[in-house]
Amino acid sequence: MLKQLVVIMMASVLVNNYVLSRFLGICPFLGVSKKLNQAAGMGIAVIFVMLVATAATWPIYTYVLYPDYTYLETIVFILVIAALVQFVEIVLKRFIPSLHRSLGVYLPLITTNCAVLGVALNNISDGYGFAASMVSSLGCGLGFLLAMVLFAGVRGRMEGADVPKPFNGIPITLIAASIVSMSFYGFAGVVDNLFA
Amino acid sequence: MDKILIAVLTVGGIGLVAAVLLTVAAHFMSVKSDEKEKKLRECLPGANCGACGYTGCDGYAKALASGKESATNLCVPGADSVSRRVSDVLGVPFMDVIEQVAFVHCHGDCFHNKDKEVYEGINTCSAANMLFGGRGACTQGCLGYGDCAAVCPVGAICIKNGIAHVDTRRCIGCGKCAKVCPNRLISMFADVRKVVVTCSNREKGAIVRKKCSNGCIGCMKCEKGCPADAVHVINHCAKIDYEKCISCGKCASECPVGCIEFADFSGAHRTDEE
Repeated sequence: MLKQLVVIMMASVLVNNYVLSRFLGICPFLGVSKKLNQAAGMGIAVIFVMLVATAATWPIYTYVLYPDYTYLETIVFILVIAALVQFVEIVLKRFIPSLHRSLGVYLPLITTNCAVLGVALNNISDGYGFAASMVSSLGCGLGFLLAMVLFAGVRGRMEGADVPKPFNGIPITLIAASIVSMSFYGFAGVVDNLFA
Repeated sequence: MDKILIAVLTVGGIGLVAAVLLTVAAHFMSVKSDEKEKKLRECLPGANCGACGYTGCDGYAKALASGKESATNLCVPGADSVSRRVSDVLGVPFMDVIEQVAFVHCHGDCFHNKDKEVYEGINTCSAANMLFGGRGACTQGCLGYGDCAAVCPVGAICIKNGIAHVDTRRCIGCGKCAKVCPNRLISMFADVRKVVVTCSNREKGAIVRKKCSNGCIGCMKCEKGCPADAVHVINHCAKIDYEKCISCGKCASECPVGCIEFADFSGAHRTDEE
């Protein structure tokens, strides 16, 4: 059981990294990765929202939608996640203003983030139980944070580089993202062999 | 038929629960936002430059609203118009803002400052400064890689002939460039001033002369010519005490190397007012 959880965790951080292998959540990945502290703040907010979203959507799927209305999962999940993030934002603003200040700008951005919805849906389609779903969400969130922080570092290096004019700005960012993404393909198969 | 009805009811029910939850939460956990603070924040320009000494416009608005800060003239980029609006909101008398402009105290461009090395590293002043003080022979002058131009929020700084120039008509006086210059060449001075020293080299005259033909040689002619005792040569470089300076421009005409300049440094705000 524990081994299975570790495998899920490692797989979702490295092998099936949501940004770099599954290409979900590209918008914040490119948008908020200019500065390291912003990238880290966004990553932590995503981890948080992914955990909360999974904790809410898994029971709803299992006890409300399953078995007859599984086709409603996408629309229900979007609804639930959006409402939940708004609720969390209100609660944070009231009780932990300091956390709200640091996460606040990112929370509305994540409301309809495809990576968050993707985690909720993939947990169901992979047939995970509740514990496995939570571990998988945590792993995916950590993977997102890792990708954000790595890419913020890469972009920091690019600021000092002398980039040819046609490639300046977004083009070189996309090229760099693809190279970072390719490097993550090196992890394919690592986890299976580690715990074989 | 039943299946569709139940599906609709399920989604509708979840939506209703979410809506009720959010409404209740918004009602019971709403935070009273300070009306005054909001109004003050709207007065401020929102550049978050930190010229006021707070972390940003939000910080300044908060300090003003809570009464911790009573000076309404701290927003230099906003100038008199912002100060006037802030004073109106708070109901206190208007305080005049001393508008500032940035000035680069170096005129050692590529025609005057001789090269001592070929630098092919990262194109920023801070990087170049770490490697033997940059390309030029004078290591206390403008490096010319434009760190200041990069941080300028209004694009008032351009690099011409290897040194930075501030377009005072566009400068809003936020002071970001002064903080980022590795040689601390940029200073903020009140934009009514007319006389500036265009060199910051603290080496002896003979050494300066070998490196840059535009450098202050510390001859003290300006000091002797000044009727107000405002110019003094400190560490082999002329410094103007603006408390005493009467902007007569005598020092500028006395200076044999032309490193004291007499010109109009009216900034963006003063130009607007005129």
